[in-house]
Amino acid sequence: MSESPHFWQTRGCITPRGFREGGDFGKRTQPDYEDRAMKAFTIHRGCLAPLDRANVDTDQIIPKQFLKRIEKTGFGQFLFYDWRFVADGKQNPDFVLNDPRYEGATILVAGKNFGCGSSREHAVWALSDYGFRAIISSSFADIFANNSAKNGFLSVRLSEEEVAELMRRAQDVDNYQITVDLEKCEVRDDQGFSAKFSIDDFVRHCLLNGLDDISLTLQHESEIAAYEAQHPAPSALRTR
Amino acid sequence: MAALTLFEKIWNAHLVATSAGRSPILYIDLHLVHEVTSPQAFDGLRAAGRKVRQPARTVATVDHNVPTEPRGTPITDLIAARQIAALQQNCKEFGIRLFDIDSPEQGIVHVIGPELGFSQPGMTIVCGDSHTSTHGAFGALAFGIGTSEVEHVLATQCLGQQKPKTMKIDVHGQLAEGVMAKDLALGITGHIGTDGATGHVIEYAGAAVRGLSMEGRMTLCNMSIEAGARAGMVAPDEATIAYVKGRRFAPGGGDWDKAVERWRSLPTDEGAAFDKVVEIDAAQLCPFVTWGTNPGMVAPVTGRVPELSALKENDRRAAELALQYMALEPGRRIEDIRIDRVFIGSCTNSRIEDLRAAARVAKGHRVSSEVRAMIVPGSQAVKRVAEQEGLHRIFLDAGFEWRESGCSMCLGMNPDILQPGERCASTSNRNFEGRQGRGGRTHLVSPMMAAAAAIAGHFTDIRNWKFQ
Repeated sequence: MSESPHFWQTRGCITPRGFREGGDFGKRTQPDYEDRAMKAFTIHRGCLAPLDRANVDTDQIIPKQFLKRIEKTGFGQFLFYDWRFVADGKQNPDFVLNDPRYEGATILVAGKNFGCGSSREHAVWALSDYGFRAIISSSFADIFANNSAKNGFLSVRLSEEEVAELMRRAQDVDNYQITVDLEKCEVRDDQGFSAKFSIDDFVRHCLLNGLDDISLTLQHESEIAAYEAQHPAPSALRTR
Repeated sequence: MAALTLFEKIWNAHLVATSAGRSPILYIDLHLVHEVTSPQAFDGLRAAGRKVRQPARTVATVDHNVPTEPRGTPITDLIAARQIAALQQNCKEFGIRLFDIDSPEQGIVHVIGPELGFSQPGMTIVCGDSHTSTHGAFGALAFGIGTSEVEHVLATQCLGQQKPKTMKIDVHGQLAEGVMAKDLALGITGHIGTDGATGHVIEYAGAAVRGLSMEGRMTLCNMSIEAGARAGMVAPDEATIAYVKGRRFAPGGGDWDKAVERWRSLPTDEGAAFDKVVEIDAAQLCPFVTWGTNPGMVAPVTGRVPELSALKENDRRAAELALQYMALEPGRRIEDIRIDRVFIGSCTNSRIEDLRAAARVAKGHRVSSEVRAMIVPGSQAVKRVAEQEGLHRIFLDAGFEWRESGCSMCLGMNPDILQPGERCASTSNRNFEGRQGRGGRTHLVSPMMAAAAAIAGHFTDIRNWKFQ
């Protein structure tokens, strides 16, 4: 089976990660919406990085001072900023993503309740822009899970035991690679680990096919129009 | 007919389309917009050549970034200024009502929505902000969304949603004097945990909830997201109807009676089933203080920072990391924790009732010389009412700063932030690492507890306060 034929194959592990689009902070760039379709997710194989913390909130994933950009791009450089960098802006050698062993990792495994807190989609944009394609945890905050699905970024829910086992392997095995297979709803490695996950059928369908769900909703134009005919905007709202 | 919950009635009434293999599509009555989570959504519309489907159902304000210095002071953060300018431009281009920075009705989106009468029972309300759960206080289904969903609602006025589960939190008895809605919210989060309600919509019920004012219900519903809930709600009753009546965007004339009749049919039917039920005894609640780095890490003000051995094994590592960040040791008495800063404000606790409660505590006292304390009203309207009542005099005389409205130090996107190592008693909703400023240490409390801490210089049990 050809695995991950089109994702990240050309991306080297030499340049500091997440800085691909750095240096334009504060500068307006043209949004790139030429391809309206969401990035598809089918099968992805990559190095797994372990973030052994529970309740990782979106303030941690992307601190608020970086939410002022009005683009969707360039957030990777700020991912986990307060953990990745010490106060003077130097890399924190103790943080897992600064460990050379995990350079080039494209899948993250973390403790329960990942992505809790603020609704900022910038958290998903930052993870994705940094180079991650999927995250594995035993539970996700609802809004984070919704946001990830809209960006072709896969949130995989496994049991606490399975998450602990992957965490252990990512820590113990050098260059630990796993495969996240959305077609089979399975996570597996080359050393006998294999776990099934469940995901909403429609979310899976959209991810596999990279569908833009605004277009999908607009296929219901006649139903929306019929609903609106029955429920017009209240007159108080229509006055200026 | 089957007995239905408040949530199910609203959900069913807003279903536009359900087809096999797809998430149900829900109609959205009210879409609130602010400057931080919307610019990319408007860019998406432009790129696809789409319009805002229902500008009349879309309401915008600027709140996250705005400085709380006197209005008219130039915004020195150029990136923030650019974001505010983007919202102004987008509202103009797409024909959206904007309560701009110089508007007499500007304020935190979750304060002005109810205040102007936009938020009403039975509605579906969304906003690109997790604290949208606030509006559930009116018996609305209100929830936070990300920017992709903001774009989706702008374009279609609809949202595909998987149906959440339901949870009832039944609070028996009445809250004691000095125990506020904030303490109830903290008590619940401490009890069920920060992921205790993930995937659920909470309905708060019981005598203690019925006994809350609308402001109190907003505080309670606001914090639902801190327990992981998709939304929180309280069934509409006479208090709800009285609050909405006569507000600028409330139904008027003949529409009012029809609306009230509809609202009265919303409360959960007798015998309706919830997926989960949690019982809380109000008599067990007291003023709470968070000691850690998530809102579930709470202790009674009379208590201590927990010993790690007293915690469940799964929670120990998180607690250890939290205490390290907070520079606290297990067993420390909460009342012995000294503070440097106080913040009274945020979409949780910046309404007039919150300021009245804090002013009652502050009256005749002085803020500790070791503490810098600021009051940030939730809206220009809250500020005006407070000034008419003379609350600002009480605060200023006591040594509090009296500032302009906005989200301010709840999340520190404007210049109001903690310095590294500073410890803050805050009426906001999140004590996450760095939330109020890198290296800042946040303790969540009620407005009365925050005012008392400002004066004492450390946490103190408001139930023993000497009111002047």
